[in-house]
Amino acid sequence: MACFAAPLAEAVITTVLMKRFEKKEKMTDAPNESQAGIPWSRKLKWLNNLLWGGSALLALEHIWHGEIIPQFPFLTALKEPGGVLPMLGEIATVGVGMAAFVTLVWFFMIKIADARAKKAAVSGKTAETEPCI
Amino acid sequence: MYLIITALAAAVATAFWYKNRLNDKLHLGALCLMYWGAALMWLVDCVAAIIAGEEEIIDTSLNAALLGICSVALGLAIWLILLLIRSRRNKSQATSINSH
Repeated sequence: MACFAAPLAEAVITTVLMKRFEKKEKMTDAPNESQAGIPWSRKLKWLNNLLWGGSALLALEHIWHGEIIPQFPFLTALKEPGGVLPMLGEIATVGVGMAAFVTLVWFFMIKIADARAKKAAVSGKTAETEPCI
Repeated sequence: MYLIITALAAAVATAFWYKNRLNDKLHLGALCLMYWGAALMWLVDCVAAIIAGEEEIIDTSLNAALLGICSVALGLAIWLILLLIRSRRNKSQATSINSH
């Protein structure tokens, strides 16, 4: 119905956070990437790509299935009588589940990337172990 | 079906990104993450369908396959637009540095 609304809302929040971290890192002379791990702005950029990209493709699926319409109120569930509660229920269960699962995968991803960056700093290699995403 | 097609696209994009990971001028990482994001979300949708007891978990119809192809095409289109925006931004930054 509108399950992508939850990851989309999270994407908006993480984009704002990413911009703040970018500003902060520019203002404070951020230490070498490999010494302090990967900067938070870059990590949040990965999460943003996951969430915005996923939400965009899911929105296409909803348009395809006629759940999103080009006129107000844009969601067919809002037009149908008694359709609002099931829609909110789906956002709260499936939508939140999607956002949580993507965030969990990202969390493990940044843990691995940080560990590799620190290992590379110790061994003195940076280019080989720090691919740019 | 669109979950399978998007996951396959994600795997292919990841393979290309891994090959060029040291010099990712095409920003393939963004494309990979976009596809993986959608694949993960559809996976959760699938699990929710299983829990709800739906009979047809993976839709293997032609319509679903077409949707999968369109999803991959949309991902590519977004990635191309991002590439264009980035190259324009880089060009304008280079010209402003040269003028100073």
